[in-house]
Amino acid sequence: MTNASVHIRSARRAAITLLFAAAVYETLARSGIFAAALLPTLPQVAQTLVAMLVDGTMVWHVAYTLYRVIFGFSLAVAVGVPLGILMGRFRAVENFFLPLASALMPIPSLAWVPVFILWFGIGNTTTILIVFYAATFPMLLNAWSGVRAVNPLWLRAAGVMGASERRLFWKVIVPGASPFIITGLRQAFLRAWIAVVGAEMLAASNWGLGWTIFDAKEFLNADVMLASLAVIGCIGFIFERLVFGSLERITVIRWGMMRAAKD
Amino acid sequence: MRPIEIRDVSLIYETPAGNVPGVQSVSFQIAASEFVCIVGPSGCGKSTLLNIIAGFLTPTVGEIRIDGKAVTGQGQDRGVVFQDFAQLFPWRTALGNVAFGLEMQGMEKNRRETIAMEQLGLVKLEKFAQSYPHHLSGGMQQRVAIARALAYNPAVLLMDEPFAALDALTRDDMQRLLADVWRKTRKTVIYVTHNVAEAVYLADRVVVMTPHPGTVKTEVLIRLPRPRDPLSVEFLDYQRQLLQHLGQHAAAG
Ligand SMILES: Nc1ncnc2c1ncn2[C@@H]1O[C@H](COP(=O)(O)OP(=O)(O)OP(=O)(O)O)[C@@H](O)[C@H]1O
Ligand SMILES: [Mg+2]
Repeated sequence: MTNASVHIRSARRAAITLLFAAAVYETLARSGIFAAALLPTLPQVAQTLVAMLVDGTMVWHVAYTLYRVIFGFSLAVAVGVPLGILMGRFRAVENFFLPLASALMPIPSLAWVPVFILWFGIGNTTTILIVFYAATFPMLLNAWSGVRAVNPLWLRAAGVMGASERRLFWKVIVPGASPFIITGLRQAFLRAWIAVVGAEMLAASNWGLGWTIFDAKEFLNADVMLASLAVIGCIGFIFERLVFGSLERITVIRWGMMRAAKD
Repeated sequence: MRPIEIRDVSLIYETPAGNVPGVQSVSFQIAASEFVCIVGPSGCGKSTLLNIIAGFLTPTVGEIRIDGKAVTGQGQDRGVVFQDFAQLFPWRTALGNVAFGLEMQGMEKNRRETIAMEQLGLVKLEKFAQSYPHHLSGGMQQRVAIARALAYNPAVLLMDEPFAALDALTRDDMQRLLADVWRKTRKTVIYVTHNVAEAVYLADRVVVMTPHPGTVKTEVLIRLPRPRDPLSVEFLDYQRQLLQHLGQHAAAG
């Protein structure tokens, strides 16, 4: 079986699932059991979405949300990967940070929102920091596990070949831990995406996908809410499949360190 | 291509269950450009000894001298090949793996790739320079590992049962190839095996170890012209002689 036909098959299967879910929803929306304002039909939602895209509001909402999520996520990667690797390499770093991580991690990031609003006010700073908080721990823990899973033979081989500690880090440990690091990126982004929408509901003003949904509640605009939810789902899907999926394909799958997902 | 002295080396592993001797007062010498095989029953301490020479382990007692200088830690004067195919870096092509040591020396890309290509030629893998290790067979991966260990031109090559996980036919090919590589490069080689025929085929001298806790039992000089014929009477005589030294343990393995 060729690669292309596998892709087509899996795309078709996904399409069938989505169509079925859409049909169920549409039947319910048209059944008259619920008020039309609460359960708009799919064409209505689509119309709203197109209108919001055309007048540019949706584009701005997406832009704000993406800015916050990417900023916070990048910070989390910049802190989580090096710190996780240092924890895996040095016992002292592990002893210091592991209890801290274990204590902070179980606190839901959204529980910090009121505190952060108090400290940083409403706006980008708070939402970005919430994203950072949500994404750091999965990144950190995966990088930490990744280092401990690096094959000791690679370290020995690199050691006899004269690798300095810095070279060892970049040329052996990071690529050697890459299956875990990529899993960490994935999980971290997922958490970040969930957190940004939640944080925007509470701590953003005027812009952002989370804020739109929350704002639409005031006016009973169910179509706006659903249109925003669809966009949130789509962007999440794009990142998961296209960004992280491709990253996986050109690295760990190409290197045979991880096998491709079964289609 | 330097002489190596192993002086009264012992190592004790400290485990939660207590102290386990790894090797016990091992002493012998290796001349420059000599090919020495270490044979001994499983668990006698062959890998431990090789890891000490490589600098991965520090002996509890005794010392290793290469060219008169005591060994401390790892260094580019030694190249190491392990038994496990997983020793190659999966994220680097065959060429990238072989060039690693030169890259660590700070050699510029074109030059190191030229040298790495020559080394791949030595193990007959030029055509697979751009392949990733997981697309190569076990035998090919071990050949890449040999090229990688030779590429930065270490004086000593340390090998721990590099062909033990290969099938018999491939193993024969690999032994021929290694004998050929050694003839061309004239490295000092220490080669661990528990395959007696392999030792007779490759070695100038075979160091036989006692069962655990291992020490040197005897040394056998192999006075056969190369290339050696594994079916000749003299070859089989040497094999028998080594098996006798090894006693029950080798006969069972
Ligand atoms: N990391 C370790 N911790 C504790 N004991 C060890 C360790 N490695 C080896 N040993 C013990 O040291 C002894 C020698 O082990 P070693 O691996 O050197 O044997 P070997 O001769 O290479 O065996 P084989 O032919 O099976 O590879 C064994 O009895 C083993 O149980
Ligand atoms: Mg061994």
